[in-house]
Amino acid sequence: MKLWQEYLRPNSISEAVQALTSSPGQACVIAGGTDLLLDIQQGRHSNVHTLVDITSIPELNQLEVRRDLLYIGATVSLNRIASSPLAIEHAQALAEASRLIGGPQVRNVATLGGNVAHALPAADGTIAMMSLDTQVLVASQENIREVPLQKMFLGAGKTALSTGKELIAGFCIPLRKKNQASAFKRIMRSQGIALPIINLSAWLQREGDRIVDLRIAAGPAGATPRRIASVEDLLRGNTIKDGLISDAVCELLDQIQFRTSPQRATAEYRHHLVKLLLVDTLLEAWDRAG
Amino acid sequence: MENILNLNVNGTNYELPIIPGETLADLLRYRLNLTGTKIGCNEAECGACTVVIDSEPVLSCIYPAERAQGKNIVTIEGLAKQDNKGIHLHPLQEAFVTHGAVQCGFCIPGQIMTSYALLEQNQTPTSQEIRYALKDTLCRCAGYPSIESAIQAAADSLRTGQPVAPVELSIAENKNRVIGQIQVRPDAVEKVTGKAIFTDDLKFKDMLFAAAKRAGVPHAILRHLDIGRAKDLPGVISILTAQDIPGDVYHGLVIPDWPSMVGVGERIRYVGDTVAIVAAETQEIAREALYLIEAEYDELPVVSDPVQAHKPNAPVLHKNGNLLKHIKVRKGDVEEGFNIADVILEHTFYTSMTDHAFIEPECSIAVPRLDGRMEIYVGSQIPYADREQVARALGWPDERVRVIGQLMGGGFGGKEDIMGQIHCALLANATGRPVKLLFDRHESLLVHPKRHATRIRVKLGARRDGHLTAVETELYGDTGAYASLGEKVMTRATTHSAGPYEVPNVWADCYAMYTNNPPAGAFRGFGVLQSAFAVESMMDMLAEKLKMDPVELRRLNALQVGSITNTGQVLRESVGLTECMDKVRDEMIRRAGPNPFLPNLTVEDGLRNGKLVRAWGFAAAYKNTGLGGGAPDKSGAEVELYPDGSLEVRTSAAELGQGLVTVLQMVVAEEMNVNAQNVRVLIMDTDLTPDGGPTTASRQTYVTGNAARLAARSLKQAITSTLAEKYDLAPGHVKFIEGLAQVGEKTIPLGSVVADMQASGQAARALVEYWAPETKPLGQAGDMHFAFSFAAQAAEVEVNTQTGEVRVLQVISANDVGRAINPLGLQGQVEGGLMMGLGHALTENFIVEEGIVVTDRLARYRIPSITHTPQITSFIVEHPTQEGPYGAKGVGEIVSIPTVPSITNAIYNAVGVRVDRLPVDQEVLLWEIKNKNG
Ligand SMILES: Cc1cc2nc3c(=O)[nH]c(=O)nc-3n(C[C@H](O)[C@H](O)[C@H](O)COP(=O)(O)OP(=O)(O)OC[C@H]3O[C@@H](n4cnc5c(N)ncnc54)[C@H](O)[C@@H]3O)c2cc1C
Ligand code: FES
Ligand code: FES
Repeated sequence: MKLWQEYLRPNSISEAVQALTSSPGQACVIAGGTDLLLDIQQGRHSNVHTLVDITSIPELNQLEVRRDLLYIGATVSLNRIASSPLAIEHAQALAEASRLIGGPQVRNVATLGGNVAHALPAADGTIAMMSLDTQVLVASQENIREVPLQKMFLGAGKTALSTGKELIAGFCIPLRKKNQASAFKRIMRSQGIALPIINLSAWLQREGDRIVDLRIAAGPAGATPRRIASVEDLLRGNTIKDGLISDAVCELLDQIQFRTSPQRATAEYRHHLVKLLLVDTLLEAWDRAG
Repeated sequence: MENILNLNVNGTNYELPIIPGETLADLLRYRLNLTGTKIGCNEAECGACTVVIDSEPVLSCIYPAERAQGKNIVTIEGLAKQDNKGIHLHPLQEAFVTHGAVQCGFCIPGQIMTSYALLEQNQTPTSQEIRYALKDTLCRCAGYPSIESAIQAAADSLRTGQPVAPVELSIAENKNRVIGQIQVRPDAVEKVTGKAIFTDDLKFKDMLFAAAKRAGVPHAILRHLDIGRAKDLPGVISILTAQDIPGDVYHGLVIPDWPSMVGVGERIRYVGDTVAIVAAETQEIAREALYLIEAEYDELPVVSDPVQAHKPNAPVLHKNGNLLKHIKVRKGDVEEGFNIADVILEHTFYTSMTDHAFIEPECSIAVPRLDGRMEIYVGSQIPYADREQVARALGWPDERVRVIGQLMGGGFGGKEDIMGQIHCALLANATGRPVKLLFDRHESLLVHPKRHATRIRVKLGARRDGHLTAVETELYGDTGAYASLGEKVMTRATTHSAGPYEVPNVWADCYAMYTNNPPAGAFRGFGVLQSAFAVESMMDMLAEKLKMDPVELRRLNALQVGSITNTGQVLRESVGLTECMDKVRDEMIRRAGPNPFLPNLTVEDGLRNGKLVRAWGFAAAYKNTGLGGGAPDKSGAEVELYPDGSLEVRTSAAELGQGLVTVLQMVVAEEMNVNAQNVRVLIMDTDLTPDGGPTTASRQTYVTGNAARLAARSLKQAITSTLAEKYDLAPGHVKFIEGLAQVGEKTIPLGSVVADMQASGQAARALVEYWAPETKPLGQAGDMHFAFSFAAQAAEVEVNTQTGEVRVLQVISANDVGRAINPLGLQGQVEGGLMMGLGHALTENFIVEEGIVVTDRLARYRIPSITHTPQITSFIVEHPTQEGPYGAKGVGEIVSIPTVPSITNAIYNAVGVRVDRLPVDQEVLLWEIKNKNG
């Protein structure tokens, strides 16, 4: 079976959306293809007629500051993000996560748009952006709408994109202000697939020795990538020293619905690790925010 | 829509019609014939397919060809420059050659292209940067340290314009001209330029593509099979089922119990069993046809482990039951031995199945010839056994089949059994056209034999002073659905199960059991890797119990000249075990101080990073060279002199990357006193090269090395007498000096003798069939093996006590190999063997649940990458064996055997947790650490 019948390389968002809607068979966006082509090859994806390659659309390849936002086009490669001074300055958690994905060959083609659209609960780029207050720019034939990243996910592998009609154009992340910083960490297993047992991203703003605001995301914690709002609430306003990993925080973390994945990790192990990662990552962000 | 693809490859512009669904790798390989770009996995895991597009390395196996529109692509073929002065290698290519980074060569194009992209951007890469860049470019021969040093040398050369610095390798003083010197592989240049041809790179006119329909169920009776719809698919030329096999249905290396195809009403014994085979005009059509073949099964209860298989009520898989073999070793009186012991320890260990994961998946091509013969092109470890098995399936005499062995992208024992050879021969016979059968990675993982998963119970008895009084072991080996080499592997596991020690009383029982798992067969270490893990863990437990130093305890019991092994063999020579231990211990103490086995807390800053605890661990090992056990062990080699003065050595011993070709070249060069470059090596062609026997049991340097040496000697004698006669001198006046023959005062070019010999009706060649010293079957005392190699190793690990993660930081290894024929090749074997052991300890776990393979993609089966590579220090210990060529004995396996227990012993020393199940599971380790600390 051929992996695809028709391969299109539109030069603009509207051409791309047009191509998606007018395909005679199933049409699918392809960015890096590092998830999609393997899914097709290995029979995890229904047959595709048309692949719409969005990597030659200039707008989707921009990485720049737009007013008070960092704009990262959906097809900017993970390698570019990992080494971009802008990304490191304003979205350090994301740059760190990008650096950890695959090897250089994969990162040269893999994109953030693909990482988000594939919608795995522990995708590293996605988890990093979850803590960065990211807005997703979703383009359709009619318009471009903004969707908060956490609203993008409906279930494992399912996004709020209207398939065959919409695509992700890019992401907007607020620029970093004084005393703000972020960090990303993950723990891998020596055997088996190269997805983290658990990853965690933290953003915070400090004032003196208090955390005045923070955002934490971790995966895989349920079917979709998610923030750990209860812990954020508990820690907000606290000093970094006391209460960081208080009993109360532990209790909240214990409530997270971690899964046991056979041959990978038990829920218990994940609970143990998430506490370590939380402290580790928060301290890292705290130091950076100073 | 554009219908034409414009792209530039290595400076040449191409305009090509678009083929929907084509990847860049396929375009390069099959349309442009740039076959240097390799496919190892087709799933973005191995990096073998790396090419550079607009200065960036990418994986061509998941790069749509159409995306390359307008792009500049550099492949491995584009790096070297050719002009009228010859070929000028890129410094990276040159460094890979001279630093010994090339072994089987299959991964090398990917390694070089990834490094090329790195050096284009960074001419002063640190070790860390190199490791970061090569993180996902896998080498199963695992010469990662050599790869790294080659990249450094190339970077220096590019930056300074100076020639590539030679490899730094200390070599022992020696009186030989060629033997013991650093020698570059004869095929290295082809391998770094992408010119090396592997089976899948071959093309034949009118070639068809085959695919095999696998059962997919582990235990069943095939009830119904319908190939009708598949036959109707346009492009399908032939579909065969069991009833179409003209000759024997069963094949097998020792016991023919493995059906090439399972017929209706017959038993399916594992998921990889074949029910039908297809030949079609394209690969795609062949694979599509598989979906149209309808097979129905009556599923049966699954036998999933060897202990279950041995139970009286277990389903019976073969007509003689589930017990392939009960293997027994008996020495002295164990009961008495335990009676006189001051301490007795007993523990049970479990090892996992593992996969060879050679980067080149299996491929065979059958080509029917007009004279009625069949040629098989395949990378096989035993060409003559392939010939016999293919001939039997066709119902032909052996001579009608010719196996033409191809370069092998790694074997490690996994290319000994028949895989596609019979299937493509049957299809070629049925269609009259050449047929290629290429496995994809998924099929390779499902079908070929694995390393035996084992359960090993060890009971040790010792005196207070440390002397072992008795060892009792009981092993259960999972040999899977078919025998393969299971009996031999488990025999080796059993005879070696008391470790490299002289033990007065030994009792070992092994049950090699059939199950519904993929078959288990040969794999570097051949059973000894498993039993060494068990017994070497026990030795450390004993040392702790006796409050003795673990090295001292081992030294006290170590085999030495004069010792009697478990099987009653007196070791008369060549036992360098104690020297190996001393070398490793001294170096370890030099680095770590007097207490290397005590935990060393490296980081402790609250929760952050957890606590990282380091410690060293130690282990020793031995491994037979050669088949042994009474099996006739022989090899043939032929050496011929040509009029231009060059020589050729021919044998069908197999080269799988281990460096045998270099060894043969050097042996002949040494004997004939010529430069190694003057010797060509022709191997693995059953028409042109004499049988070299199987390439297994670390036997080829010894057995075929000897055959080549004796053939060269015999040729030399023939030349000497020809010249002595011609010039009327005593033979003592004829000497061989650097490609010249000196006859009395006269020197003449060696090649000119060919004509003289021909004139006297003699061919300028000599064929020798070498028989290794006779061995005795197990149970009959005497020499069960004609030589053993010995090793000791120490590993330093770092355990994160908060996460359970383990890293290996350094390894010191000493191997008694008799004699290092080629230090450069040996270095690659040491690095690679050690990394394989490290993989088995930490990263590799082939998981089968109820007969279903879970790890059916490379993404799920992790082999070590450059990022896992510790700092490796290697000592070569040379206790020559008299009969071996220049004293050499086996190398290939011994190097990987002590690695696993040296790592697990180090883990114990660091955190007090005894690992008794492989691979080390970080989560389990963490909970045990927590339990210990309350
Ligand atoms: C060896 C290897 C290692 C990996 N390691 C990691 C890892 O450590 N961590 C990790 O998180 N991931 C990892 N991945 C997964 C993968 O590389 C990432 O998820 C990557 O970011 C996907 O991006 P892509 O551009 O390749 O997506 P594609 O494969 O092109 O697309 C993925 C999906 O998203 C859709 N899509 C893509 N772009 C858009 C868009 N702009 N708008 C709408 N839909 C879109 C596609 O239709 C498809 O359904 C690894 C992959 C490989 C092969
Ligand atoms: S073949 Fe492309 S990564 Fe393995
Ligand atoms: S040389 Fe790298 S896989 Fe063999």
